[in-house]
Amino acid sequence: MAISHTRETRIGGVDSAAPPRWIADHFAILLLGLVLVLLPAVASNFVLDQIVGWTLILGMIALSLMFLAGYGGMVSLVQMTVAGLAGYMITVFGASSLPSISLFWPWWVAAPVAIIIAVAFGTLAGALSARTEGIYTIMITLALASAFFYLTLQNWSIFNGFNGFTTIPAPIFLGINWKSPVALYYLILFFAGLSYVTVLYISRAPFGLALQGTRDNPRRMEAIGFNVTAHRIAAYAFAALIAAIGGILLVWLNNQISPGTAGIEATIDLLVIAVVGGLGHPIGAFIGALIYVILRTFALDSLVAVGLDGRRFQTIIGLGFLVIVLFSPDGMIGLWRRWSARARSQTGKSPR
Amino acid sequence: MVGARSLPDREEPALSTIAERIAVAGTGNAIELRGVSRRFGGLAALSDITLSVRPGERRAVLGSNGAGKTTLLNCVTGDFPPTSGSVRFYGEDVTNLPPHERIRRGLRRTYQISLLFQGLSVRDNVYLACLGVSRGRFSFARRHARDAIMQSVTSLIALVHLESVTDRPVGELAHGQQRQLEIALALAGAPRFILFDEPAAGLSPNERGDLIAILTALPAHIGYIIIEHDMDVALRVVESVTMMHNGRIFKEGTPREIEADPQVQQLYLGGGHG
Repeated sequence: MAISHTRETRIGGVDSAAPPRWIADHFAILLLGLVLVLLPAVASNFVLDQIVGWTLILGMIALSLMFLAGYGGMVSLVQMTVAGLAGYMITVFGASSLPSISLFWPWWVAAPVAIIIAVAFGTLAGALSARTEGIYTIMITLALASAFFYLTLQNWSIFNGFNGFTTIPAPIFLGINWKSPVALYYLILFFAGLSYVTVLYISRAPFGLALQGTRDNPRRMEAIGFNVTAHRIAAYAFAALIAAIGGILLVWLNNQISPGTAGIEATIDLLVIAVVGGLGHPIGAFIGALIYVILRTFALDSLVAVGLDGRRFQTIIGLGFLVIVLFSPDGMIGLWRRWSARARSQTGKSPR
Repeated sequence: MVGARSLPDREEPALSTIAERIAVAGTGNAIELRGVSRRFGGLAALSDITLSVRPGERRAVLGSNGAGKTTLLNCVTGDFPPTSGSVRFYGEDVTNLPPHERIRRGLRRTYQISLLFQGLSVRDNVYLACLGVSRGRFSFARRHARDAIMQSVTSLIALVHLESVTDRPVGELAHGQQRQLEIALALAGAPRFILFDEPAAGLSPNERGDLIAILTALPAHIGYIIIEHDMDVALRVVESVTMMHNGRIFKEGTPREIEADPQVQQLYLGGGHG
C-alpha cells in the first residue's frame, strides 16, 4: 500500500532504490557494525586506535561537514575549528600537564562545558554565514578557521601558543580507565555510530527534509512558510554538536592538542575527506576518513621504500583527490553506486 | 491594523481561530497596496500601484507581457520588497515582513515557472508545504501515516488528481502535473488569500477544466488574485478585473465591463495574444 511508504522519505537524488535494496543496505551496515564491535578480539592496539580510532573520529568531524554540505548545500570550513575549540576547551577546563592553565574540573563538568562552548561557536559561525551562498560561505568560514588558528598560535594565556597542550588524560569512570586502547576504541565507536545513525535518521525527519528543501530551492521554502536562515543556523548547531564530540575524542586519543590540530591544513584535509568519500550519504565521511588515514599512515613508509621523500604523502593525497573529483564528483559513494548499478545490469538483474 | 497583531502569529492557527481571523478581517481589506513602486535599476516595473482586494474577493490581473503583473505578486509576497509604498494583509502592515511570515499569516502563491523541489517526490513536496505552515518545522521525530499533517497531504494530492504519481520524483512529472502540484502547495494549511501566477499556462483543455473546478470550489472566505492570459479561464473564475499596462493600473471593473471596454480590446484582447 502507498500508505506504508510514508515512513520512508525519499531523499532528493540520493536514493530512490526499492525496498529490497534498502534491506541490503542495512544488512551491509549492520555487518560492518558487527565487525567493528568484534575487532578488538583480533586487531592490535595500533590498528584499533591509530587506524580505526582515527578514522572514526575524523569521520565524525567530516560527517558534520557532510551534513551541512550534503543536506544543506553549505560548505562550511569551520567544522575542524569547532572540533579544535572543543578539544582546547576540554584541556583548559579539564586536565593537562600545564596546571597554570588547566582548571582540572572533573570530566563530567569539563566535557559538557567544552561542548556547549564549541556548539555556541559553531552556531555563531552559522549565523554569520547562513545568509550567504556558495563561495561566500566558504570564504567566511575559512576566515573564521584562519582567525582561530592564529589565535591559538599567538595566545599563551589560554591556548599556550604553538606548544599547545600535552599529556591530556582521558576520564576514569564506571571503574574503567578510558585511556586504555580497547576502552577508548569502544568509546569512539559508540559516539561515531551514534552520530552516523542520528544523521541518517534526521535526514528523513521533518527537520532534515526541510533542510534539503532549503538546499534545493530556498526561495520556494520561504514561500511555503519556512524561515530559511533559522533552519540553516539550526543545522550548523547540530553539525557543531557532532564536531565538538569528535574534537574531545580526538584530544583523548591523540593525547595532545596544538594549533596545527585545527589549522588551515587540517581544515583542507577535512574538506578532502568529505569530498573524496562523497557528500551523498553519511557513510561517505567515514570512507573518506579511512582512505585518508591509511594514506597518511602507510604512504610515508611506502614512499621511503621506493626511495622518495616520505613527506610527499600529502602529494599522494592531493593527487588522489584530483583523480576522484575528476572521475567521480560525488566521491567514492558515487563510484560505488555506478559500479554496483553496472554490475547489476550485467548480471541481468533488474537495474531499477 | 491594530487588531491583527493580537492574533497568535508565527504558528498557523488551529481551525477555531480562523473564524477569529475572519472577524478581524472585517476591519480591513485582504490585500491593500498603497503607492507601491518597484524599480529594477533604471526600469520602473511598478509605478505607484494602489489596489485593494476585499476578503473573499476573486480578482484577475490582466495585462500584456512586461505589464508588471508578476512583480506585483512578488511585492505582495515579499519575494522582492517594493522600492516604495506599503503592503497590508488583512489590515496588518506586512511591508517589512519576510515572505515566510506572510505565508504563516495565511497568504499563499503559485509560481508562473514551476518552482518545485524537483528531486523530491510529490508527497514530500506537499508535505513540506504543509510542514511550513504548521508546528514542528524543526522536529526530529519522523512522520507517520496517521499524523494529521500526513492526512492533509493525502487529501491535497487527491484534490489535484495526482494520486497515481504520489511517490514519483517531481522532476519526472509532465508539465500539467507540475502545474497541478503548484496549486496543491498553495492550498496547504489554512490559506486566507492566494496569488495564482498563470496557473493555466501550458495546461490541456481537460486540465483547464479541472483548474476551473478547483478554483470555483474554494471555500468562500478564500479570496485570490489570478494572473492569466487565457480569458476563458480568467473571466470565468473572478468577480473583478484589474488591467495593468507598463507598470500602472489603467482600468478596474467587472469581467463584463472589461470585455466590453474598447480601450482594453485595443490594448490587450485584440493584439495581446501571442
